[in-house]
Amino acid sequence: MKLFLNNRDEVLDTSKEILTINEIREMKSFSFRSLVVKVNGKLVKRDRFDEPVVKDGDKVDIIHLISGG
Amino acid sequence: MEINRCFSIPNILVKVRIETLHSFNYIGKQNCVEKMRFSEIKEILKEKTVGIAGCGGLGSNCAVALARVGVGKLIIADFDVIEESNLNRQYFFYDQIGQSKAEALKSNIEKINPAVNLEAHVIKLEPQDIVRLFDKCDVIVEAFDKAEAKEMIIETVTCEMPGKPLVCGVGMAGWGGNELIKVERYDNLYIVGDRESEASQDNPPIAPRVGVVSNMMANVVLEVLLGKDK
Repeated sequence: MKLFLNNRDEVLDTSKEILTINEIREMKSFSFRSLVVKVNGKLVKRDRFDEPVVKDGDKVDIIHLISGG
Repeated sequence: MEINRCFSIPNILVKVRIETLHSFNYIGKQNCVEKMRFSEIKEILKEKTVGIAGCGGLGSNCAVALARVGVGKLIIADFDVIEESNLNRQYFFYDQIGQSKAEALKSNIEKINPAVNLEAHVIKLEPQDIVRLFDKCDVIVEAFDKAEAKEMIIETVTCEMPGKPLVCGVGMAGWGGNELIKVERYDNLYIVGDRESEASQDNPPIAPRVGVVSNMMANVVLEVLLGKDK
């Protein structure tokens, strides 16, 4: 699946046509505790991370946040 | 002079750099530092309002930079009081220990530039407060400490104020590593920092690096406000 993930072109090795946010996190080893997820500019809240929301060609931002300020 | 050399970079080189960086680093969109007379800069900025969520290391230093260049109105908010341990990075003075950060920052900025209209709120910002206080702002600066709070304001702005520019600081603990600090843009969201140096007891945020990130955040705010970011 081709994605524009975190401002970069990315090809994910999967046979699935639709992915969940948690599946992408697993494939990419994104283990951050605090994060904000947007698919095509729209926020995807944590309680929807297991819903199939990402398809080929989508713009996906998985932005991790850490403390300090 | 360094600046002249910068402006005389041949176009062809600039284009190569833009194309190389375009896909992942928004700064690559600019081929050089923008310039304008300070009188013109002030004329534009005096009509602008910036909201600053948090008056700690990022918020106090970012607010001071924006006040110095003459942003017309700053809406600042923080629930906390100044402790001695804050003075290693925050824009406060020893005799202000115990005072509210929002009120003390207001007083410090008034001494730097009394022309700035300052609205200080002593409040622990919840999503509804962010919408209420910052809805009229041209840009919002996220200057919280905790990752969860950063997550909350990004979610709130994305859902409740879509399109509002939001500048966040992520990763500025420790020292050194200047070359690791950068700006990345996701639509109207700008993340400034190294994205990995989390603050902790063993890795405290301290003045130089917090100063770099907070001033880079103010610099991004200027790009948005002065329209050089299109």
